[in-house]
Order: sequence, then structure tokens, then C-alpha cells
Amino acid sequence: MRSRRPLPAWAEIVLLPLVNIALAFITVGIIVRIIGVDPLRALELLVVGAFGSPESIGYTLYYATNFIFTGLAVSVAFHGGLFNIGGEGQAYIGGLGCGLAVLALDRYLPIWLMIPVGIAAAALFGAAWAAVPAWLQAWRGSHIVITTIMFNFVAAALMVYLMVNVLIAPGSMTPQSRNFEPSAFMPAMGGNALNLSLVLALVCCVGVWGFLWHTPWGYALRTMGHNPEAAVYAGTDLRRMTMLGMCLSGALAGMVGVNELLGVHHRIVLDFPAGYGFAGIAVSLMGRNHPFGIVLAALLFGALQQGGAELSFDIPTINREMVVVIQGLVILFSGALVNLPRPWLQALLALRRS
Amino acid sequence: MTAAIELERIDKSFGSVHAVRGVSLSIEKGAITGIIGENGAGKSTLMSILYGLYHADAGAIRVDGKPVRMEGPHDAIAQGIGMVHQHFMLIDSFTVLENVVLGAEGGALLARGTAAARAELERLSRDYGLTVDPDALVSELSVGEQQRVEILKVLFRGARILILDEPSAVLTPQETDRLFRILATLKERGVTIVLITHKLREIMAATDCVYVMRQGQMVAERATAETHPEELAELMVGRKVRLQLDKTPPQAGEVRLGAEHLGLVDRRGVRLLDDINLELRAGEIVGIAGVSGNGQTELLQVLSGIRPPSSGTLTVCGRTVDAGHPGDPAEMRDLGLAHVPEDRLRQGMVAAFRASETSILGYHEQPQFSRNFLLRLQAVGAYCARLMERFDVRPRVPGLRSSSFSGGNQQKLVLAREMAQEPKVLLVGQPTRGVDIGAIEFIHRELVKSRDAGCAVLVVSVELDEILSLADRILVMFAGRIVGEVAGGADERTLGLMMAGAKAA
Repeated sequence: MRSRRPLPAWAEIVLLPLVNIALAFITVGIIVRIIGVDPLRALELLVVGAFGSPESIGYTLYYATNFIFTGLAVSVAFHGGLFNIGGEGQAYIGGLGCGLAVLALDRYLPIWLMIPVGIAAAALFGAAWAAVPAWLQAWRGSHIVITTIMFNFVAAALMVYLMVNVLIAPGSMTPQSRNFEPSAFMPAMGGNALNLSLVLALVCCVGVWGFLWHTPWGYALRTMGHNPEAAVYAGTDLRRMTMLGMCLSGALAGMVGVNELLGVHHRIVLDFPAGYGFAGIAVSLMGRNHPFGIVLAALLFGALQQGGAELSFDIPTINREMVVVIQGLVILFSGALVNLPRPWLQALLALRRS
Repeated sequence: MTAAIELERIDKSFGSVHAVRGVSLSIEKGAITGIIGENGAGKSTLMSILYGLYHADAGAIRVDGKPVRMEGPHDAIAQGIGMVHQHFMLIDSFTVLENVVLGAEGGALLARGTAAARAELERLSRDYGLTVDPDALVSELSVGEQQRVEILKVLFRGARILILDEPSAVLTPQETDRLFRILATLKERGVTIVLITHKLREIMAATDCVYVMRQGQMVAERATAETHPEELAELMVGRKVRLQLDKTPPQAGEVRLGAEHLGLVDRRGVRLLDDINLELRAGEIVGIAGVSGNGQTELLQVLSGIRPPSSGTLTVCGRTVDAGHPGDPAEMRDLGLAHVPEDRLRQGMVAAFRASETSILGYHEQPQFSRNFLLRLQAVGAYCARLMERFDVRPRVPGLRSSSFSGGNQQKLVLAREMAQEPKVLLVGQPTRGVDIGAIEFIHRELVKSRDAGCAVLVVSVELDEILSLADRILVMFAGRIVGEVAGGADERTLGLMMAGAKAA
């Protein structure tokens, strides 16, 4: 219980995350060295792979889009004191909703109507999938962490069942739906996977920021997150606020389906959330639960995803699993061990001042 | 007489706050030494340094003449120093015995340690008159009993020097007297006692000598027999203080809040409130006296709409609430009922919020603060600045985190928020808990002013002095019931007996 001077804002927001990332990369460097690769060359390949060409930048931003959605999803719930581990399942079901809307309507609607309907369906289904655990916690006292985790499995199983038995394109051997009509293609930005979903993600950032800090509901949600007793005292209905926070969170996670299905796959496929939902927890944590920080963290994660893929392509000893290890270490240092360097920085800054 | 503890030129800063400035004091062996000062004067910080919770930036500590370094509470305990904290450090779901043993289990096998501990505990309870059932769960004990457990815990560890931080905050006058008798017994057996308090009465009643702190400095040392409360108050505050409150007789008007046969039963079937009948009229202050934990908290919760009653009816400004038609805090607020909660940090504010955000808690949906689905942050900031001006909240920075204000200023902010709405009914829980004398004066005057303006005020407080000076009528609660009513300014002993559950006269 030693008293320490809290870090100044700039150190908290800029310095601490940078130190975290540096620590992660040093650790990664040691591991890469052990398997016989020059760490500096690996780093160079990683950076060039992520930012070296317009194409690689496009992929980095495309991955970052998913991380922004899931990072925002986690942060909205977190501001309400709710730990939503179910981003993965909500993204999955959000994609299902988006896909169902498109399959039903893409032959009849023009693109300027089809895309918004697809987005709305993704949000609605994602929200609905989050609403069940929220309801279970609010009215039945089941803890949301447990139920959202379980709902990830339920979502995965449900999707496999639907894809294999119901939605599979007639005559197809792989479990995927028929191709969408071009009226449901999210307009691309540049040549590759990057599409207008990135703009949607940035709009969501502004929306979340505005909601949390500039609306009475955001105020009430944050009150609940910081101090539920004060929220009750203020007359906030915690059950309804839990529903609101989780539904918003689920809707944001569902947006991953828009980026993946409308933007890239152009049909419903299996396993498109690919861990974005879980990574969203780290993105949110690293971005200090603030939309602006989340954008930065999402960029880093997108770069790791893209650069890591290039890295494993160029250096055979660094295989796909090794890239996952690297990403895991960054998550470890910037998520779970986020407070590790704090005392050092505090001591350092105190030293400088005296 | 030799000194048990000597502190020499202790200095401690927290960031830009210089909490303790070059304080020296010497605590005599086998005596009761009082340390008095307003909240934020540095008393608790000083004692935390002595107990090893904080490290002094400069200065020396000597125990029995030998210089010591306090790296943590374990060092203090090893030196025979024990501390009873203002906020209890007990584990609710453990029994008394388990709490006492915690940290001193005496080996890997719990059973052997606890058997010895039980015998020791019974001896201590008997010797010092600290009766507590060793097998009761802490969560089931009253606050007063929990404090006894805290004292037992410290004695169990063989403390020779006992530091008590605001020990009487939760006790009836009789219990406080009893605590002082216990302290006297301990003193006879050679225990050195340090009593930290802001209550003058206790210093006068219990101590042998007293140190006065103000703004981090030691401003005076007096032998208790040679000083008087007025002098101490002046030393504490740094100016003349009026200890008496002036007020005119009440002009009671219509009934604003009425309760009939109000009852509250929790999920386990425990009766928390039982057949509560009360009337609160415009233009009067009704005080609820009682030992903490006798249903006052629950009464405030029910009256303010936080919990629905299990039975009976409650009428607030014409609206009737009962088990079938529960109210909620937002609705009560709309009816003109404002509520200053007992525990401002836990209920009345959000520590992480800016002061301006705290200043609209519960009123954030009013049109003056939100329009077209957006909060009007500028209006909120300006509103907060006005509240701060009117209630002298310092520092006057609406953007500052609520937790950065001192207790008194936090309380003034919460009070300002509730009173600014010009409510018809004002419920106030512990109006001056953790608030310094200067602010107490101010808060009391504001409450009387609001009464004179025609507000119906209900004050719940465990500070008997406060109830006696504020209230026009006093209701006494015991075990969830209202056991009696007396006029304001009644005799303290009669009230004390009623608070302890004796039959009302």
C-alpha cells in the first residue's frame, strides 16, 4: 500500500502503452532469436509486410476494421461494468443476420438500400445474441461472463448446423451459402479486401464516444459501471441499463459480419469471426476503453495480423503458429500485464522531477 | 514517565499535497493520548506512517527510545503497535474467531490454532468486557460489535500500544462510555493508547493529554485537565467557532411524507423495518437517532424509493407507495423528494466522475441538462460552478475528479446538488460524517435555512449531538422499530437509554 504519485495523463495514455509494446517486442525478439532468426530482420519484414505497399496497408486496415468493431463492443459493455466475452459469438450471429437479410432481399433491393438493410440486420442479430445473456444476468442473476462465453459455443454450433443443413448452396460440397448478388457488395476501397466498412467503423467510434460522454444514457451506463449503488440511487433501472449496454455491445460486434461477408466473402461462410471477438478484449484494454485508443490499438493488431502473415510467408521457420505466439505476447503485455511497467515509470518520473 | 513512541519531524507529501509537515510528538507510556484535528488535518496520515502503511518522506520514529523503520504493518505489529481502523478491515463471510485468527493462524493446521485462539479470545472478552460470540458471522454483527472484534483482533496480537482511529463514530453514548471504560481498563494494565478523533467531548472524557493538528502541522499540546473544548475547537479550526446552533421554533405545516405500518423483510426473512409510523411536515426537522445498524439505512432506502416496502404504506407528496405499487428514486425525485445518502462515496457520487458529472447525478435527464438526446455539458459545468460557489466547495474546479475533493467538500457538493432542486422533502443521512467542524457549522445552517423555507427535513444521524442541536422532534430507532419520540433538545441520557432498546418513558 505504498503511496505513489499517479502517472500524468500523457504518460498514462502514450508512454505506458508504448513501453508495453516495446516489452512485448523485446520478448518476441528473444524467442525469434532462439529459433535462429535475426530479430531485426523479422521486425523489418513484419513492418514492411504491414505497411510496405498500398496493398499491404489495405489488408492492415481491413483487419483493423474488425478489431475496431470488437474493441468498441467490449469497451461499451465495460463502461457499464459488464465484461462481454461473447464478441465472437455476437459477430458470428451478426454475420448470420446480415447474410440472411441479403439472401432474402439481394435480388430485389438496389445497393443503396441493400447495404443499410444488411448493416441493420447484422446489428440486430448481434444485439439479440447479446440480449439473452444480458437478460439472464439482469433478471435471473446468471453471471454475464459465463453466459457470454457459453453463447460463443452455442453460436458456433448453430452456425455449423445451419450452414451444413439449411443454408448450404444446392449442389455445393463446402458448407457455404450461394453467392450474394453484387447489390450486396460493400464498395471496396482500393483493390483488395479493404472496403467501406472501415468508414462505418470510424463512424461507430464517433458514435460510441458521443453516446458514452454526451448522452444521458451513456452517463447512466457509466454511472452503473463505476458505481452501481450510485446508479440505483440516481434512479437508473440497472436491468434495463444492462440490456442497453449489452445490446449496443452485441450490435457493434455484429458489424464484423458486415466487413467479412458484405466486404470480402460475399456469401455466408463458416468461421469468419476467426478470433476477432476475443482479440477485441485486448484491443479495448490496450486502447484504455476509449474509441480513439481503440483505433490505435486496432491498427497495431491489424498490422500484426497482416505483417505476421507476410513474415511466415518469407521466413519458413516462423510458421503460422509462431505468428500466433507473437500476437499472444503483444496481447499479454498490453492486456494482462498492462500495469507491469507502471511502478517503474512512476519511479522514473519521480526521479526526474526531484 | 517515559515515552512509548516518539515521532520526530515527520514529513509526508502526496503529490502536491503536503499532508504532514515536520510533526514531532511523544506518546507517554501507559497513558491515553488524544490527537484531535479536523478532517484532512493529517491525523490519519500521521498514524498510518506510524503503523507502516505509508513511508514518511523525512523524520524518525522511535519506539521505547530505539529508532525503528516501519516497512509495513508487520513491523508495527512486531513492535507491539496495533491499529483499529475507522473503516473496519473484517471479512464479512468469516466468523468472529476466523477474523481474529486471520494473519496469525499459528501453523498450517487451522484447527489447533483456532482452539488456542478461542481460549485466548474468551479470556480477552472476559477481562475487558468485550463480549462477542466467537462463532457469529461478522456480516450478522452490528457495527458496534464489529468494532469490538477489531479491538479484540489487535489485542489478540499482543499489542501494547493501541491506536484507535475515530472509534466512536458508530457507537451510542452508552457504548462510547463503555469503550472508554475498556480503554481505562487497558490503561490500568499498562497499555498505551492513542485516540484519534475530531470529537471534543471524547478528548475531554477519555484522554490524559491531547495534541492538536491543523493543516498537517502540530499546533498545540495540552494536558487534558488544563484545557477546555472551546480552546481546542479554536486551535483546531484556527478561528473562533460557535459550537451552538441558533434556530427559531419550527413552523410546521402540512404533512409531506407519511408512513403507516411500514415494514421491510429481506430475502432471508429478517425483519429490517417493523411497523414504522411517522409523519414529516413542511417546515420542520425531524431527527432519527439510533445506533448505526438499527434500521436507519433501510428506512432511508424505503423512504427514497430505492427499496419497496414489504408491508404498510408510504405517502410522499400525495403519491402512495406500497408493496404492490413500488416507487423508484427517479419518481420520488420528480415528486420533490431529495435524498442525501448516508454514504456519499458509495451512493451519492461516482468517485471517478468529474465534479460536474457528480453534480447532476439523478437529475441528468432534466431538460436543463439534456436536450435532443444530448447532455448539455457546458450547462452542466456552469451549473456545477454555481453550486460550488453557493456551497463554498473547494477547490472550485468542476472538471476535477470527485474523489479528489476532501470529504467535507464532497458532502457539500452532494448537499448542494440535492438542495438546489428546492425539494419539498429532504432526506439527509449522516449529514456531517467525515466532515470538519467548519463545514459542519455551514451544513447545519443550510439545513435550518431550508427548513425555514418550508422544506420538510428528515435527518438520520448517529451523532447524537447533531440530532440534538438540529432536530425539532426526535424519533429513536432500535431493532428496526421506532421506539420513542422526544422533543428536540431532550436529555442525552434518556435518548441513550432508548437507543439501547430500553422501554420508552
